[in-house]
Amino acid sequence: MNHPSFIGEASMLDMAAIRAEFPILTREVHDRPLVYLDNAATTQKPKVVIEAEKHYYEYLNSNIHRGVHQLSQQATDAYEASRESVRALLNAPRTEDIIFTRGTTEAINLVSQSWGRANLKPGDEILVTHMEHHSNIVPWQMICEETGAILKPIPIDDLGVLDMEAYASMLSPKTKLVGVVHVSNALGTVNPVKQMIEQAHAMGALVLVDGAQAVSHLTVDVQALDCDFYVFSAHKLYGPTGVGALYGRQSLLELMPPWQGGGDMISLVRFSGSKWNHLPYKFEAGTPNIAGGVALKAAIDYVNNIGLDTIAAHEALLLDYATQRAKAFPGLRIIGEAPGKVSILSFVLEGIHPHDIGTILDMEGVAIRTGHHCAMPVMERYKIPATARASFAIYNTIEEVDALFLALERVQKMFRG
Amino acid sequence: MRCSWRLSVFKKCLGVNAVSDLRELYQEVIFDHNRNPRNHTKPIKVDRMSEGFNPLCGDRLTLYIGFDENGRISHTGFEGQGCAISTASASLMTEALKGKTEVEAGALFEQFHALVMGTSDIDPALLGKLQVLAGVQEFPARVKCATLAWHTLHAALHGEQQVSTE
Repeated sequence: MNHPSFIGEASMLDMAAIRAEFPILTREVHDRPLVYLDNAATTQKPKVVIEAEKHYYEYLNSNIHRGVHQLSQQATDAYEASRESVRALLNAPRTEDIIFTRGTTEAINLVSQSWGRANLKPGDEILVTHMEHHSNIVPWQMICEETGAILKPIPIDDLGVLDMEAYASMLSPKTKLVGVVHVSNALGTVNPVKQMIEQAHAMGALVLVDGAQAVSHLTVDVQALDCDFYVFSAHKLYGPTGVGALYGRQSLLELMPPWQGGGDMISLVRFSGSKWNHLPYKFEAGTPNIAGGVALKAAIDYVNNIGLDTIAAHEALLLDYATQRAKAFPGLRIIGEAPGKVSILSFVLEGIHPHDIGTILDMEGVAIRTGHHCAMPVMERYKIPATARASFAIYNTIEEVDALFLALERVQKMFRG
Repeated sequence: MRCSWRLSVFKKCLGVNAVSDLRELYQEVIFDHNRNPRNHTKPIKVDRMSEGFNPLCGDRLTLYIGFDENGRISHTGFEGQGCAISTASASLMTEALKGKTEVEAGALFEQFHALVMGTSDIDPALLGKLQVLAGVQEFPARVKCATLAWHTLHAALHGEQQVSTE
């Protein structure tokens, strides 16, 4: 396949140097070089992130917000510096409005359990899009079950674009919150969150934006978006697993009751009653993933050093090329063709189940995700059991896209006989 | 290295590579049963039915079983779509079950489970054609595909309407 124009543009980046930052990319899988195209599930980690965790355990390890000794002080400083870098990443107004969580899922559960239980009444409505990850559906189902509120899905069209007319007509004074994925993990669609937030606010509803897939591809500004809650995970942003963050509007966070009780979230404990700590600690009970939190800053620094615009441009190049090749591939149907989508190529091959594709690709060293991507309603919408999904990150190359399609040719050859 | 009967260890002794593992998994018989699944319909006589679900891949399968007057399985059938491994496994299973009593079907379930898990001695004579699925033991992520139909059978024999592989 000819791709001179792609090579020309791709050579703007020193790919060898970028790839050298990721130790895992030198390993082999089934005696073949690893071609890692499962970045929407989790990205690989650069040395600086791995070193940050190692350094924490070798030099700083101590519990935070507690000791008067130097280690505790330094560990606290490192952890709190990470909170500030999350604030900067999202352009949140105050560092105190950044709550560390185990990840996106826990952040959404925090909002649904704390805000939801305190505010939802029978007949209230929560709207979520039909393309949400299960983590932005199930927590709302649980709280609706408990409070008598009603969860309604906003439909999507055949391309994977949200039906904004339907959204407008579904919004009503009964709507209390809208949950929307910024970038769909199954389709790659970028939702018009700014417009959706404006419309929701006009109706008096709050908006929670699930940024799990967005923060590694798009510049996020929660003040420009005017969103009420924004959540993401570190591990999809070249950072460690087990840590993520919730940004919440101060006025809302102040009124929300704590979710989990324990150490760190209190200012005073008596058997006659306890007093809650101030933000953000009110929502951070127990010893957190300190090493992960510290390493998240290293991940954000890594991304900032390259620049999100550069990363996005590189990924767009890979996606364009992969899409061209996919369209020329016999029997391949792309699932999700929203204009302006990012970094994700979801597809099915006629007569071949995605799981069979995944196994054969794996034997060629090509790692992709196959299945429902924790978005079963999306699969139902397109009447397919599953898709195969290739997703791109800064370290992927045009040659790796070629390797994907070479492996897909092998799949087809095996199945067609 | 001591070579045991287990496929993976045996292959490491021989130095067999990943490509032949793949051929071991996707044998011609599997492709044949994937393209033309046998008993891929609801049979006329149904005494037991059960629905199997693999949450990992979203595959669903409905299994039907009918017995003759001597208590032997006379009718089998399945509905649903899945990957090549789960479709071929269901197709081969519905063939293998015919003529078996409930107890014999239960024994075959145990044998098949041992075959794909590579956990204990198997009886090649009893398994017959089903042995083409032995290659699955090299692919732990695919064992559930091969066993979906069989877990559904197990549920049907024990009077359960639904079963999930998770």
